[in-house]
Amino acid sequence: MAEAAESSGDPGTTSPRPLFAGLSDISISQDIPVEGEITIPMRSHIREFDSSTLNESVQNTIMRDLKAVGKKFMHVLYPRKSNTLLRDWDLWGPLILCVTLALMLQRSSIDSEKDGGPQFAEVFVIVWFGAVTITLNSKLLGGNISFFQSLCVLGYCILPLTVAMLVCRLVLLAEPGPINFVVRFFVVIVMFAWSIVASTAFLADSQPPNRKALAIYPVFLFYFVISWMILTFTPQ
Amino acid sequence: MATTAAPAGGARSGAAPEWGGFEENIQGGGSAVIDMENMDDTSGSSFEDMGELHQRLREEEVDADAAAAEEEDGEFLGMKGFKGQLSRQVADQMWQAGKRQASRAFSLYANIDILRPYFDVEPAQVRSRLLESMIPIKMVNFPQKIAGELYGPLMLVFTLVAILLHGMKTSDTIIREGTLMGTAIGTCFGYWLGVSSFIYFLAYLCNAQITMLQMLALLGYGLFGHCIVLFVTYNIHLHALFYLFWLLVGGLSTLRMVAVLVSRTVGPTQRLLLCGTLAALHMLFLLYLHFAYHKVVEGILDTLEGPNIPPMQRVPRDVPAALPAARLSATMLNATAKAVAVTLQSH
Repeated sequence: MAEAAESSGDPGTTSPRPLFAGLSDISISQDIPVEGEITIPMRSHIREFDSSTLNESVQNTIMRDLKAVGKKFMHVLYPRKSNTLLRDWDLWGPLILCVTLALMLQRSSIDSEKDGGPQFAEVFVIVWFGAVTITLNSKLLGGNISFFQSLCVLGYCILPLTVAMLVCRLVLLAEPGPINFVVRFFVVIVMFAWSIVASTAFLADSQPPNRKALAIYPVFLFYFVISWMILTFTPQ
Repeated sequence: MATTAAPAGGARSGAAPEWGGFEENIQGGGSAVIDMENMDDTSGSSFEDMGELHQRLREEEVDADAAAAEEEDGEFLGMKGFKGQLSRQVADQMWQAGKRQASRAFSLYANIDILRPYFDVEPAQVRSRLLESMIPIKMVNFPQKIAGELYGPLMLVFTLVAILLHGMKTSDTIIREGTLMGTAIGTCFGYWLGVSSFIYFLAYLCNAQITMLQMLALLGYGLFGHCIVLFVTYNIHLHALFYLFWLLVGGLSTLRMVAVLVSRTVGPTQRLLLCGTLAALHMLFLLYLHFAYHKVVEGILDTLEGPNIPPMQRVPRDVPAALPAARLSATMLNATAKAVAVTLQSH
């Protein structure tokens, strides 16, 4: 064993040879027992699929998922280069945001029943199919992000625009006029820029470095369409 | 993820003779299949795969044991047991065959790698192609090169959709956003795909040297002129300006496409037919987008809302032409804002 260690040690110190190049020179005689331990580094956040998560109360499950969603909201609101959204992706947050946005963009259907239908479905379809298209585009451009991770990031980055929708709805309670419009325009523009910055912070690293602009441009169009729907919304 | 998948794949292929059932699994190895079954990300290790292997091995052993037990039962029970066992085996095999076919078909159609070579572009290339689409070439004696990529055209179609939506900014047009969005997407994609196919068919008749992909790319980049014209004229509502842009910018992009097609076609009649059709369709589409598209929208609104909406004022605003440029833009914005306010107040 000592000879084996020596001979494997030497190639490394003498000259830059490829790794494990000297292993072919090692001969281990028959009567030396080869033994040892292999320790597998366990990832710290693997959820153990044993019965403990099945037996816990519903409240625990919901609170745990809600906390995860809330943590990701914080990451979106203060975008730094981090891997949280990518590592533990989930689609609950995008679903909550999309449903909230679609509900708020729904017009009240008191006057004409025909207005009640399409907005919810339209927002839903635009958000999900837009996200799918952007994901396919970034995969085709050579990005190494998975399908659901990209959906997760794009969905979570709708959060600023949902906040803008809330603000616009509040502002619309005041009397209409050009100042109203300017305030809403300003809010929507700021939140639109925030969404793009947030999604760029998460998605840009997964693209080849010279093609980042090509992958970000459809994200820009996607959030532009959503911002446009928010800005041109009037309740009646 | 890629690094952990590769050794696992290597281990599997090394042991392929023993675990023959996994060849279909490594068939598409390295391709970007949208793999809905295996959530291929957060696991990050091959332990899930190894677990799956063991699971399948166990299942196969269980099946083999069950089959062996049934065989013994069959021998014991005679003819009746034999028939039951046979039918069960046949059903089993049909299920396995069906499952294999379904997964193979799924991996074939969900394999987006077919489109990957068409998206292999750099930003500098896209920029230069966008600029070149406005410059008509003079040399028509030998076939001009057309870049066969789909990223630029696809993004231009989406940009056109966004610009069409942006153009509906007076309040009347936002009530039925749903229909308008669908109409915008349908119009733009319908034009790009439909006219490309039609011109490709004509090119086939006229013996022109162009493939479908090249036609899609050519027409897609020709929409760049449309995007510019519409973006400018939706913000500045002057008919004279629109006609000028229509002729200049639309004309330039049409000339470019026509020149490329002429360089790839032989014979005066064929050239005339092909290029005349393309030029007419391209210029008329721009005209349609500016004028008739909004009439279609107003028509939808009128039929839905009834006649009590004042008709949209699409006449050129009375803007004194002698104003200096800065005040001109301010006046334009004021006029637009006033129109928006009037229509807002009418509700």
